[in-house]
Amino acid sequence: MGLETTNYRNVNENPCSMCMPMGAILPFKGIEQAMVILHGSQGCSTYMRRHIAEHFNEPVDVGSSSLNEKGTVYGGEGNLKKALDNIIKVYEPKMIGVLTTCLAETIGEDVRRITIDYAKERGITDLPIVSVPTPGYGGNHPEGYFLAVRNIVEALTEKTTPHQKVNIIIPNISPADIRELKRILNLMEVEYILLPDISDTLDRPYEKPYTKIAKGGTKIADIKAMGGAVATIQMGITVADELSPGKYLADAYGVPLYNLPIPIGIENTDLLMNKLSEITGKSCPDNIKDERGRLLDTMIDSHKYNFQGRSVVFGEPELVYAVAKTCFENGIYPLVIASGSKNDKIRQLLSAEIELSPEPVEVLNEADFMQIRASSRKAGVNIAIGHSDGRYLTEKEGIPLVRLGFPIHDRVGGQRLLSIGYTGTAMLLDRITNTLLENKYKTYRSVMKKKYFRDSNKRIAGES
Amino acid sequence: MEAALAITERNDSIAKKGRQKAQIKCDTDSVAGCVSQRACVFCGARVVLNPITDAIHLVHGPIGCASYTWDIRGSLSSGAELYRNSFSTDLKEQDVIFGGEKKLAKAIDELVEKYHSKLVFVYSTCIVGVIGDDLDAVCKAASQKHGIEVIPVQSSGFIGNKSAGYRAACDALLRLITPAEPKKIKHNNSINYLGDFNLAGEAWIIRNYLHEMGVEVNAVFTGDSSYAELKTAPAASLNIIQCAGSMAYLAERMESLYDIPYLRVSFLGLEDTVSSLRQIALALGDADVIARTEELIARESALIEPILASYREKFNGKKAAVYVGGGFKAISLIKQFREIGIEVVMIGTQTGRQEEYDTINELVDEGTIILDDANPAELERFMVEQGANILVGGVKERPLAYKLGVCFIDHNHDRKHPLSGFVGAVNFAKEVYSTVCSPVWNFVR
Ligand code: SF4
Repeated sequence: MGLETTNYRNVNENPCSMCMPMGAILPFKGIEQAMVILHGSQGCSTYMRRHIAEHFNEPVDVGSSSLNEKGTVYGGEGNLKKALDNIIKVYEPKMIGVLTTCLAETIGEDVRRITIDYAKERGITDLPIVSVPTPGYGGNHPEGYFLAVRNIVEALTEKTTPHQKVNIIIPNISPADIRELKRILNLMEVEYILLPDISDTLDRPYEKPYTKIAKGGTKIADIKAMGGAVATIQMGITVADELSPGKYLADAYGVPLYNLPIPIGIENTDLLMNKLSEITGKSCPDNIKDERGRLLDTMIDSHKYNFQGRSVVFGEPELVYAVAKTCFENGIYPLVIASGSKNDKIRQLLSAEIELSPEPVEVLNEADFMQIRASSRKAGVNIAIGHSDGRYLTEKEGIPLVRLGFPIHDRVGGQRLLSIGYTGTAMLLDRITNTLLENKYKTYRSVMKKKYFRDSNKRIAGES
Repeated sequence: MEAALAITERNDSIAKKGRQKAQIKCDTDSVAGCVSQRACVFCGARVVLNPITDAIHLVHGPIGCASYTWDIRGSLSSGAELYRNSFSTDLKEQDVIFGGEKKLAKAIDELVEKYHSKLVFVYSTCIVGVIGDDLDAVCKAASQKHGIEVIPVQSSGFIGNKSAGYRAACDALLRLITPAEPKKIKHNNSINYLGDFNLAGEAWIIRNYLHEMGVEVNAVFTGDSSYAELKTAPAASLNIIQCAGSMAYLAERMESLYDIPYLRVSFLGLEDTVSSLRQIALALGDADVIARTEELIARESALIEPILASYREKFNGKKAAVYVGGGFKAISLIKQFREIGIEVVMIGTQTGRQEEYDTINELVDEGTIILDDANPAELERFMVEQGANILVGGVKERPLAYKLGVCFIDHNHDRKHPLSGFVGAVNFAKEVYSTVCSPVWNFVR
């Protein structure tokens, strides 16, 4: 029996992931002056805007072709073209992404052809329109994310003269994480092209006047030049080849691809630093070495507390892998590792750690929260690490949640969470350790009393 | 022309209150590419039905739709918690190709077996309409098999806008409450409370007032409601409707089917709360009820009037913009702002109807901008142009307001504090105070 049938179920009870187009919106938000349109009914884009706006606390404008019954029956070409017209009028974008939804895919809209026709009809030559087929039933949001990056790369890159820059393919991490990565690259004096880069666009400073599209994002000229880079570092170790932008750059232009995990945790960050040194010939600067030392110091300071943690890690495969690995490193053994996506690589990549784990580890593929909850309860998990929907575990099972990833919609500051690099890892670890401590201090008095106190322990006054 | 108004098709949806009565285009499909703030049919149906606490709410479709609406409202329950789950048939590629009926049937079986509910709602999403799954047939078969009610909700996303979803929800509710023998129903002198979803306990607050007035509440649609309670709905003597957008249709149908008259009420703001309670008492026509109502009003008004007055002093010269879902809520907000000394200079809704826009037009001052199905570019332009200091809206509008340096009040469906009744009137003023008078603005102006 193949894995497909193993994971097939009739009903998903409390989803652990979202649909493809949601993931595909994000990369477009990380490109300079880009806009996105969802080809489908109005609701899809409204939901996604709401989720994204709540996570980042930023205005998130996403167009919709607002398909109605007529468009569904007779084809949505007219609606989509009108949507493009209107988006161009109001936003004056430098690039447009067109994503499909369930509806558009099911009625068989050929969005690529429509957008090519559109550009011809309107005589548009300098406005790239990149279409991405993202049926909601074709995968989950992490797959949509990488598929969009890949499609952007496929559509824009050109044969260029070789240059010294390193391509860095960024997964769905926070703006704060991306800024941290840039700081590291700058300290190391590495020239780079980051794709996508939401560090300014989805975490913009308060300033006047307001602009409809935020400043920042990867420049289109830079994306075009990715084919001439010395190497690609892709933080996409769990990503399938057909979704991999780095793989495309390697195949089409011969750019060497290094697939690395998100640099969370000491080993994962070492991998990045070593690879950067190897590619550029530059050594890790002293202040970053100091940061590594501080991370080690953090790990030692907290190791006994952390050792009392037994975690459940859930969310997007790429993040889940990096965080689970960090948990193993710190003795916060992850007993349940879960992703809503279909992704077999997480287990493969962690097989050595799972083998050495003192307690059994369950890896859930295509999981929902009903399964995650049941497994967590069975395993005796005492800390959860993942996005906001895990609050359900706190509410129903009393497992405290360290919020990380996307979406974080019940707390502020999802965009400001720093978790990568040596410094970010130290901050993440502190959040985890302190959550364990808080829980311990909150309960140890009553736990001990319940465990050990009997009436006979009490000496009656005056008797001694 | 300026970018925000570049789309001429939108012109008829925007009006400025002047000497001439403004006619506004509303209740139409959103214009493609306009970044409408509206949701879809499915969303409308889901938000209306979801507060039914002991039902299984099963979304027949791909995962996203269920994901985005999991526990979507802050509707509180005094009992069952089943409604807070999000169940989905999680359709995949092969289901779309070969049809999802079998999967749906199995999903219902599994859920019924696991949760033993007497009531299942099955919501259709965009693709279900297209792939042609026969929801009615599957639900009927499941209903017979398990001896419970399995009700299809025809809420394919593209068949209209959110209002169509409200209607789909009302149709499902009508199916639920239709008795086997409609003729035999006797009215029992109680009332149904329609269009309150018990956000932060709002339905409880209103129930308490009614109880004090000596008015029995029969069923609430749908805040903190249950299968058994809703079933009794046809026996009530009066329906009161808070959220007209979602429930007017149900009330009309119940009037023609069961002879239950209805009354539109609003519990947003002191003025509307007082007049609504009075109307209910008068409609029931019982001298004792009327007397008790006046007592309640006198006592509560005396309590909160000084509080509102003290806030009013702090809001001198402030101007408000309103962009909310329904027209009735918008109307109440104009009055509510007036109560605390704030003038509304821009007002719009996602699903308002012509007669509601007429009332809005009568209520607002000259120069006020009125818009239907607005988009961020328009909101931005008119907030700035009209000099609004504060915006009332939902989650999507909040960051825009803040980025413009404008204060913000949440009127969305996952808020955690009540805005209804006397309590709500004070909470509202307090919330306005917390944003308008925050020291934070000293740093950005
Ligand atoms: S699952 Fe499909 S219909 Fe539902 S929100 Fe996602 S794209 Fe839209």
